Amino acid sequence: MSTAVTADARPGRDRRPSLARLTRVELRKMVDTRSGFWLLLAVAALMLLVVVVVQIAGNDHDRILREVLSATVQTGAVLLPVVGVLLVTAEWGQRTALVSFALVPDRLRVIVAKVLAGLSLALVAFGVALLLAAISVAVAPSGADDVWSLPLSLLGQDVLYAVLAMLMGLAFGAAFLSSAPAIVLYFGLPIAISALGAISAISGTMDWLDTGAFAPLTEEIVGGKDWGQVLTAALLWIALPLAIGAWRIRRNEVK
Amino acid sequence: MIESLGLTKRFGGRTVVDDVSFHCEPGTVTGFLGPNGAGKTTTLRMICGFSDPDAGTATVLGGAYRALPNPGRRVGVLLDASAQHAGRRGREALRISAETMGVSPERIGQMLELVDLDSAAAKRRVAAYSLGMRQRLGIANALLGDPEVLILDEPANGLDPEGMRWMRGLLRDFADRGGTVLLSSHLLGEVEAVADQLVIIGGGKIVAQGSREELMAKAGTVVRATDSEALERALTYAALKPRSDGGGGFVVDAEPKAVGAAALAGGIVLTHLAAAQDAGLEQLFFDLTSGAQTDEKTEVEQ
Repeated sequence: MSTAVTADARPGRDRRPSLARLTRVELRKMVDTRSGFWLLLAVAALMLLVVVVVQIAGNDHDRILREVLSATVQTGAVLLPVVGVLLVTAEWGQRTALVSFALVPDRLRVIVAKVLAGLSLALVAFGVALLLAAISVAVAPSGADDVWSLPLSLLGQDVLYAVLAMLMGLAFGAAFLSSAPAIVLYFGLPIAISALGAISAISGTMDWLDTGAFAPLTEEIVGGKDWGQVLTAALLWIALPLAIGAWRIRRNEVK
Repeated sequence: MIESLGLTKRFGGRTVVDDVSFHCEPGTVTGFLGPNGAGKTTTLRMICGFSDPDAGTATVLGGAYRALPNPGRRVGVLLDASAQHAGRRGREALRISAETMGVSPERIGQMLELVDLDSAAAKRRVAAYSLGMRQRLGIANALLGDPEVLILDEPANGLDPEGMRWMRGLLRDFADRGGTVLLSSHLLGEVEAVADQLVIIGGGKIVAQGSREELMAKAGTVVRATDSEALERALTYAALKPRSDGGGGFVVDAEPKAVGAAALAGGIVLTHLAAAQDAGLEQLFFDLTSGAQTDEKTEVEQ
């Protein structure tokens, strides 16, 4: 019988799966389901659409690399986090946690692997955004003289923007452990909070608390105060829900 | 090797698993039997480290399940066949587990073959699977790491009679090669043919455990005579408390020898005298667990 095939020597049966291995597995989980596959295809299609629109409707100043890249990164960052949300919530909604945690009982390692996988996917998505932007600029060069100019710090900020969006998706997925509320609140809560910024008495404070703090990252090289706001917004919108999520995942009973 | 020592679990003040102790030896199949809601799943979840017991301990292969570095390679677990991503293909679900455990991808095909899921079925998404196919996928997933121990919760659910026979053969073979099997069921018939040892749970408590033969001895004796009334008097006189078996005979909680002696003392001609066998075991299972379940029901109603 085939169960006996490897019965003599079974290397690795007492070797803990490495974090790199778990991260690869989580990356696989993001793309191998029907929903994950179509979501990623939609992300790519939307980025492509934005490139085409910018090329058709944009003026010379819009059609330079850093502007096209800003548009593709921002577009990708809209739907990409939903992949992050589902990566966490599917374990509960689809109850695959019963399999995942049977194989890796240390749930914190699974959470870390999911975060690392999310980061990897954000980098891949950024790579696609950069590639699409570069191709479009090469195919239809703008008349501006800084067509290919892309300061390294701005490139880094674009990467950070994609990463922050993905982390926020993962954090919301972890905090709610259910796709519907996590996705609705991922999109809705920042809008509701930023609406508070209209109240002039607290608008100064709100600049430090709403996700609008991330917006300048793809547009210009940001300075000291902006970085401070990115940090405080990241603490509120990423670190806090992720901490709540890690706590819930570790103690929640998998039904 | 599985050992449960005084496992206890309470949910909201209600004790759903109460001081459950048993152990499973290598080379044997243990059937964990009880009606729905008796505490089987909760017990198995505690053994697999999914749920913390309020009292007691469980060990698998001499230690806590959670302490195993790569548990899938030592213990095959199937807690719920429906717990698979509906949008993932069957083969891909196994691929995820194989990569996690560090098992060669060749084994995926071997396991699919073993559980009789053909390549067309393996390519389909789990959403399109029947419960029986999910059970087969779940069993393939449990066996993927070539484990020494199998823990399966209601694996026969949704299998047709042919599938059930196939699974019995698979588990028997696994145990005969030195493996330890613990499987739960709410149907005696599903496990008694394959289990070397039965652990019966009702209302969170173990109500009986032992080999099939040991339990059968407790199931009593069936006796019939030419004169039923005289037989009943003779048995009652011998303080054996006969219960009617509904067909003119009696079931007695005693060895056939004691029943025969009582009949002889009463000068009665017996037409049948035998250990209760299967029907008795089923009756025993029912008697043992129905009482416990009634308690549970009243608790719920309160």
